Amino acid sequence: MQDTHYLLLFITVMATATFVTRALPFILLYKISDHPMLLYLGRYLPPVMMVLLLCYCFRDLRFSAFTDGPAELLALALVVRLHLWRGNALLSIMAGTGLYMFLCQSSLPGL
Amino acid sequence: MNRALLLTAFKTTFPVLFGYIPMGMAFGILFNELGFHWIYATLMATVIYAGAGQFMAVGLLANHAGLIEVAITTLLLNSRHLFYGISLINKFKTRWWRKFYLIFGLTDETYSLLTGTRPPEETQKTDFYLLITALNHSYWVIGSTLGALLGANLSVDTAGLEFTLPALFMVLAIEQYKSVRESRPFVMAAGVAFLSIWLFSRDNMLLMSILLSIVILLLFRRAKRPNMRLKKGSL
Repeated sequence: MQDTHYLLLFITVMATATFVTRALPFILLYKISDHPMLLYLGRYLPPVMMVLLLCYCFRDLRFSAFTDGPAELLALALVVRLHLWRGNALLSIMAGTGLYMFLCQSSLPGL
Repeated sequence: MNRALLLTAFKTTFPVLFGYIPMGMAFGILFNELGFHWIYATLMATVIYAGAGQFMAVGLLANHAGLIEVAITTLLLNSRHLFYGISLINKFKTRWWRKFYLIFGLTDETYSLLTGTRPPEETQKTDFYLLITALNHSYWVIGSTLGALLGANLSVDTAGLEFTLPALFMVLAIEQYKSVRESRPFVMAAGVAFLSIWLFSRDNMLLMSILLSIVILLLFRRAKRPNMRLKKGSL
């Protein structure tokens, strides 16, 4: 597998394909960027995307063990509660992650 | 570009730091097992800069996949990015390399921060966006490099650190709610996500649920246009 030439071509192809997917809307929709439908989607897509990305992070949960669902929900509940209370993004995220790491590492050693 | 702005941008991207470093390291460790020099992990993180894409790349490299297969798989995997631009076309008020870089760096997390946070001052908007993009990019490059360099010798127990990313999306969803003030898009998205996980494979659920959500949003827009002035329901 020490084929550097192949690896460099591979990286070039993948970098180009990734950039194309990110750039296409800017190229295709530039002329109609103030169309009411785009403004409407531009307003409602971010909230929808946040929820979808959140669910995507948890797509593999099966609730078969404590750290396969309940721990995630508990930590997420802390994030929501803290964020509604203090509104400090960093605090909410760090506290939630801290709790999750604690639950992960203490309840199931060696996981 | 002043120091106060850099500090604000750093604080804004802080949660991404804790998500990208371990995630990048995970990629680097996997990549290390392929037997290539670690510098290529750095190169990939720098010029590709896509989380899921690079994890997939490790598998494709191991199988010595054809370049056309690589191109098609990447386009499909990243097709969700097509919809990110829609919300940002009118926000990127800049040109040339700045615009190029903002578009290049549009990952899930950067998109979330750019649509969910406000620059300290409107006049510094482009600089603020550029800083967020560059900081996130650097975390990813650092993580990937560290992972590939250290390889399997790593002994720090970072289990659970990746929770920063869902926590970030949760916080940003709440922030989105504060600005949109309607619960329907959120309820709809959650419903669509569950439906997609149930209907499609777990790995396809993101793209499928984006497409489904856009269809529902557009149908809804048509349906509610005649009575736009009516009181917005709470659910």
